[in-house]
Amino acid sequence: MSAAHEELPGEAKVIPIESAPSWSPAGDEAGADLAAVAARLADGLGDLLGDLLADRLGPVTESVFGKGWEGRAASGLAFLRRRITGDYEVDEFGFDRELTEEVFLSALRPLAEKYFRIEVRGIENIPAEGGALVVANHSGVVPLDALMTQVAIHDHHPARRHLRMLAADLVFVLPLVGELARKAGHTLACNEDAQALLERGEVVGVWPEGFKGIGKPFAERYKLQRFGRGGFVASALRAQVPIVPCSIVGAEETYPMLGNVKSLARLLGLPYLPITPTFPWLGPLGVLPLPTKWTIQFGEPIRTDGYPPEAAEDPMLVFNLTDEVRETIQHTLYRLLVDRRSVFF
Amino acid sequence: MGKVVLVTGVARQLGARFVDRIRREPGVDLVVGVDTEPPRRPVGSVAPLDHSRCADFVFAHADLRRPAIARVLAEYAVDTVVHLNVSATNPGTSARATVKEINVIGSMQLLGACQQSAVLRRLVVKSTTGVYGSTPRDPAVFTERTQPKTLPTGGFAKDAAEVEGYVRGFARRRPDVAVSVLRFANLVGPGADTPLAEYFTLPVLPTALGHDPRLQFVHEDDAVEVLRLAALDPGEGEPRRTGTFNVAGEGVLLLSQCARRLGRPTVPILLPALGWVAALAKRSRVSDFSTEQIGLLAHGRVVDTTALREVFGYRPRFSTTEAFADFAAGQRAGLLPPERLATVTDRLTALLRTPEDVRTPDDRS
Repeated sequence: MSAAHEELPGEAKVIPIESAPSWSPAGDEAGADLAAVAARLADGLGDLLGDLLADRLGPVTESVFGKGWEGRAASGLAFLRRRITGDYEVDEFGFDRELTEEVFLSALRPLAEKYFRIEVRGIENIPAEGGALVVANHSGVVPLDALMTQVAIHDHHPARRHLRMLAADLVFVLPLVGELARKAGHTLACNEDAQALLERGEVVGVWPEGFKGIGKPFAERYKLQRFGRGGFVASALRAQVPIVPCSIVGAEETYPMLGNVKSLARLLGLPYLPITPTFPWLGPLGVLPLPTKWTIQFGEPIRTDGYPPEAAEDPMLVFNLTDEVRETIQHTLYRLLVDRRSVFF
Repeated sequence: MGKVVLVTGVARQLGARFVDRIRREPGVDLVVGVDTEPPRRPVGSVAPLDHSRCADFVFAHADLRRPAIARVLAEYAVDTVVHLNVSATNPGTSARATVKEINVIGSMQLLGACQQSAVLRRLVVKSTTGVYGSTPRDPAVFTERTQPKTLPTGGFAKDAAEVEGYVRGFARRRPDVAVSVLRFANLVGPGADTPLAEYFTLPVLPTALGHDPRLQFVHEDDAVEVLRLAALDPGEGEPRRTGTFNVAGEGVLLLSQCARRLGRPTVPILLPALGWVAALAKRSRVSDFSTEQIGLLAHGRVVDTTALREVFGYRPRFSTTEAFADFAAGQRAGLLPPERLATVTDRLTALLRTPEDVRTPDDRS
């Protein structure tokens, strides 16, 4: 618990940037000159901008940006100041809380709220504090479902908890994708990392179907694939945290996968290469997901603290619990599908 | 009779500082420093020695690669060996083959000498967290028990992994000797002379495009303190400080954060091309940059220090952030000093506030 405690922004230890005097007037002359020129330039630009925005175009800017734009601009500048001076914190896994909240989640939120109109049910099944393992079904060619679950948990949970996902190693091999995934709080799907995150009291998300689930043909939609080797259950047993089954409806139809160009996928080193009604026929437009209506249902938590920690070494128990989680998700999916009025509304 | 401590690698900054520290320790009678060059005055916060209260120091000029070290061990009846001469670079030479020989053959000779010594009680070996390697397929946080996915293929990390192997063999053959292996994260401090510290002195930092590695630092002061604890006998009721321990400051800094705090602009380069740049820099003697450093710059490395805190009862005084700030304080100004950038945004913020105050009466009229 103490580790999770240390991550609270209020208690975060921040070195004031003034204490790192890497710049001094007596220092490098060329550097100082350059900096002075830059400062003068910025001053002039600032004066001009401030003048334009506030005095001459005051009423216009207010009608364009809305009331209180100065406050928003000020907080934006404060954010910019922290970013350009490197004055922010990341945790051991590379999770950049500020960047995630201000940039990543803000960028994904319209997609979740306006495009997929996600309905979130049973958010109270995720504990307000302490570790929990969210296990969900995977679908839709691109792992949008995982990103949307992260947004849903953060926006709907009263404690605004962050979902720390376990991702395939392909994610971390790719440049940029891996960097962004780490900054958004995700890490490699391996026992060590799952264990470490759960013990630090984080909400960890896992999609045990992996590529089998996300890359399955459209005809097999909402049929859960094999749940790996049950490693996630063993991790939850060791950390004694509850398992929260999560059923996602709507993601299957975002990219209906009609075919799979296996030979080309193998050539590119990808797990699959989909053919959908729009991709690759419509070119870049085909990358757009279909605007389906989503439901994310968090089920009753399955408690693991009734078992001793060494229960993780009992393969029979691990298999049984894995099956229980899988069955719960599958049945919830069927129930949600029966209740669904239409794919798009 | 007090302890006789033998320290290898005293010509280096860390060795010199450790000698200074251990000489003040009550119960230490004699400190023997071994290297090919005599120690220079260490840089950093060391109070002048009060010679009435500190142990004697003898410098033994010896090349670790020769068996002469066994004579030194026997001559002074050394009971504690602190082996710090496992390093990425060596002040005497720039040839990689020689550095490797000093690291590996030197350690083998030293261990051989240790095995013959009947009075030896304690062995402390400096290693690196580099032995874990850094690949995207590794867990995010390494504990001492983590098996690396890929063993280091070359460079200092491979030397350290091999030295650790020989040390494990020694520990098996001499169970009466307390052996501790300390895996240090990147050492920084006012006078640190490591390849990563050298990298941060470049005016423009080449980085791997699309990668922002997590880095951990350990301050020299903390390194000296952990070495001291490992070299001394634990007090009554304290656990034996034997085994392998990660030593790193708490917390993590991303390379981008480091660059911004130093005020150094970065130039992202495609990962394979970064290798060529490094090779070019090495050949033109601009900077000594090895392949394992490239791995670190691409994928980063973070270690768990629970064992250090529990067994040593020691929490590094400098967190990663603080250690880096102390290092940054001793560096030349960068091209984009963070204070300057901060003034720019502060000025813009100030501009936002003032017009608002001015305009309020107008709005009312």
